[in-house]
Amino acid sequence: MPTKPAGTLYRGREGMWSWVGHRITGVVIFFFLLVHVLDTSLVRVSPEAYTAVIGAYKNPLMALGETGLVAAILFHAFNGLRVIAVDFWKKGAKYQRQMLWIVLAVWLVVFAGFAIRHLSLALGGH
Amino acid sequence: MTATNIQSPRSGQSGSGKIAPKYQRSGSSRSNFEMLAWLFMRLSGVVLVVLIFGHLFVNLLVGEGIHAIDFGFVAGKWADPFWQFWDLAMLWLAMLHGTNGVRTIINDYAEKDASRFWLKVVLYAATTVIVILGTLVIFTFNPCPVVDGVQLPGGFCPKP
Ligand code: HEM
Ligand code: HEM
Repeated sequence: MPTKPAGTLYRGREGMWSWVGHRITGVVIFFFLLVHVLDTSLVRVSPEAYTAVIGAYKNPLMALGETGLVAAILFHAFNGLRVIAVDFWKKGAKYQRQMLWIVLAVWLVVFAGFAIRHLSLALGGH
Repeated sequence: MTATNIQSPRSGQSGSGKIAPKYQRSGSSRSNFEMLAWLFMRLSGVVLVVLIFGHLFVNLLVGEGIHAIDFGFVAGKWADPFWQFWDLAMLWLAMLHGTNGVRTIINDYAEKDASRFWLKVVLYAATTVIVILGTLVIFTFNPCPVVDGVQLPGGFCPKP
């Protein structure tokens, strides 16, 4: 049976998991964007076609989907800035773990703010 | 009598100050595309933070949020060159950034040359279609269409 290699600095630690998260969120956003440009292009077809499709974005289930999408974008964005800091800032590599905790804290605050505002607008009486 | 020349390590000819070709890591024949792609990911990332956060803020968090989005909302935004260029920059940067990112992922996981090749063909084809379509939509868009002989309402439209 293969045993876990001892004492790796990367595998299974914060650095690896943040990379996994960055990769998954990047792909998710990419596929969303392909669909998003297609649905936006319906403004060239007719006002009705566009309004019908965008209407689909306004139901409660989609509101949750949008919230999830924004959660992914916020993580990818903040962690992306962390990756940039690791690469360009002299002390970046040394503080990469601390920066990941900052990323998660900022993510939590911004995401909570977004979710409260978006969900109350999207689900609130209209 | 000539003095013996002892070549310094990795030098081609003594005194030339050059590294012998066989030790040169990046031969001049190889391009630095990968380095430029690496740099582009970082520069575009910084700009995208501003563009995408602005996009989400204006479209989802201001006023009635998502309920305000309809044809008239888009027309109102794209009647203004500021938002046209905002969206154009966001479209191009996000698509090129995302495409390059997915290219890296294909290189990482697709092991056979043939699958790499075909996955990238599909990727580049999709990117080309989406970027051209998105660009055309922004610039050929008519914010004041006349539907069934009726001018759509919109403060920015000239009276027919
Ligand atoms: C919001 C601003 C964004 C920032 C700051 C950002 C930052 C970054 C950085 C720095 C990388 C390189 C990571 C590395 O080399 O290890 C990266 C990779 C990537 N990004 Fe972004 N990005 C942003 C938006 C986007 C968007 C909108 C998309 C999709 C359209 C996207 C998709 C990707 C993908 C697929 C990768 C490759 C991931 C990998 O190789 O593991 N990113 N991002
Ligand atoms: C659920 C959240 C989102 C909503 C409700 C939304 C809504 C819209 C709307 C109404 C437009 C029309 C023009 C405008 O308002 O500027 C648009 C265009 C656009 N959006 Fe979004 N958007 C969302 C998320 C995103 C994200 C995350 C990205 C980037 C990765 C993005 C990229 C774009 C681009 C590039 C265009 C221009 C499309 C074209 O050229 O045809 N959007 N979006």
